[in-house]
Amino acid sequence: MLYAVLCYNDEATVMSWTQAEDDAVMERLGKAHDKLHAKKQLGPAIRLLPTTSAATLRKNVDPPLVIDGPFAETKEQLLGFYILDCASLDEALDAARELAKANPGGAYEIRPIRRYIPGEAIEELR
Amino acid sequence: MTDAAWMQAALTAARPQAVGALLRYFRDLDTAEEAFQEACLKALKNWPTNGPPRDPAAWLIMVGRNAAIDHARRQARQQALPDEDQISDLDDVEAPLAERLDGADYRDDVLRLLFICCHPDLPATQQIALALRIVSGLSVRQIARNFVVGEAAMEQRITRAKAKVAAADVPFETPGAVERSERLAAVATMIYLVFNEGYTAGEGPAAPLCDEAIRLARLLLRLFQTEPEIMGLTALMLLQHARRTARFDEAGEIVLLDDQDRSLWNRGMISEGLALIDKAMRHRKPGPYQIQAAIAALHARAAKPDETDWAQIDALYANLERLQPSPIVTLNRAVAVAKVAGAAEALAMIEPLEPRLSGYFNFFGLKGWLLLQLERADEARVAFTQAIALANTAQEAAHIRQQLDRLAADAKPAAQVR
Repeated sequence: MLYAVLCYNDEATVMSWTQAEDDAVMERLGKAHDKLHAKKQLGPAIRLLPTTSAATLRKNVDPPLVIDGPFAETKEQLLGFYILDCASLDEALDAARELAKANPGGAYEIRPIRRYIPGEAIEELR
Repeated sequence: MTDAAWMQAALTAARPQAVGALLRYFRDLDTAEEAFQEACLKALKNWPTNGPPRDPAAWLIMVGRNAAIDHARRQARQQALPDEDQISDLDDVEAPLAERLDGADYRDDVLRLLFICCHPDLPATQQIALALRIVSGLSVRQIARNFVVGEAAMEQRITRAKAKVAAADVPFETPGAVERSERLAAVATMIYLVFNEGYTAGEGPAAPLCDEAIRLARLLLRLFQTEPEIMGLTALMLLQHARRTARFDEAGEIVLLDDQDRSLWNRGMISEGLALIDKAMRHRKPGPYQIQAAIAALHARAAKPDETDWAQIDALYANLERLQPSPIVTLNRAVAVAKVAGAAEALAMIEPLEPRLSGYFNFFGLKGWLLLQLERADEARVAFTQAIALANTAQEAAHIRQQLDRLAADAKPAAQVR
């Protein structure tokens, strides 16, 4: 079974870490990643950019509506995610509109990725 | 992360929102600050035993509010009751969660708190000091160290600034759309002032101010998510700050953009800056911060200096000149013009600015650089000498000194050099 671990925390607090604190957390995480990697458990891992860089495509309306900011509703749940390689937000939104046509309702939050660890340890993912 | 470090970060993060709300209740900066301080002390005692609250800011607001009201009551027993409007909301003290703390209030609370710090009567240095003290919660000692002044002098500067804003009577009602956008613009300018104070200092004691300015801008953007100029401001600062470690060499000397080791640029900040400017431009409401961020983005996108799209940079500066005419903008544009059309053209562009920029270091630095490219060594030497006299930091002076030394070396007869 593949599992996704979704990381939640208070962004304002994390953004208030000093650089030294941030570095220390990233170093400890690096060690934890190494352990999981050695056990061939680690798939792709991602650190997202802050929610301030996000846009949301509401696809419960036609045509879908682009809203600045992250997904904020609480009555819908996170059901999955895609990683897309696009040159700009416009391109990413176009791709998301394509997906929305196939699967209307709800919303897609489009959030740029800050750091991508491919985590090649899981054979199945290749 | 240790619990103590987490608590510190949580208190810092909650501060603008909590002090902003307390200011709305008590309408007095000192009372709001003291109430917040009191709440923080209680948090340090309470959170380790009871666990951190779900919403630290809301917790701090409630506890701070109750503490300040208790304090006012104790005072009241000893003296005549204060005016009702000095302690608003006294009636609903008893209800533990009297007011639903909703996002719309927070937005304007934080904006008001920031706006109070950039009152037009305050000189820039006081605005920055006040914002760092009140919004960021830095101690007077920390701020004094950032500015390299004595603690007593800084204390006085902040006290004076506080007295001025208290007299200024900033309205506490929820602002209308026009007023809100005016406040946002003033606050953006102030945040950029904080940033520049740190940026100019390079690796000096004011350097942490860049991080603080970015933190404040991100905070503002979380509250005002659809403002393209706030996206632009945040992007601009991130893209400039990304070059921090590359801007100075090991000896602390300035390294020019063309000579910087681009592998030292902070990729995380660059991606965030690029994502933000990308998002801002979709609004098609250009403003000075967005244009400057777009210029910084073109530099950030170039893997090597000669891959820089100077023609596009020139076009963006032309837009900025139209939007915000200033000799400084023209001066910056001249660098792009020199790359696209040549040094002679750039020199012709900046020469008429001399009367207005005669006290400006960068003017003579650029003039010297252009003259040097045109092989007018004697005039370049004069310009560089003028620049040194106007240098703002030791690094700036040292950088120009290098240019002069190089000129002196080149001036030696060829036979001697060999």
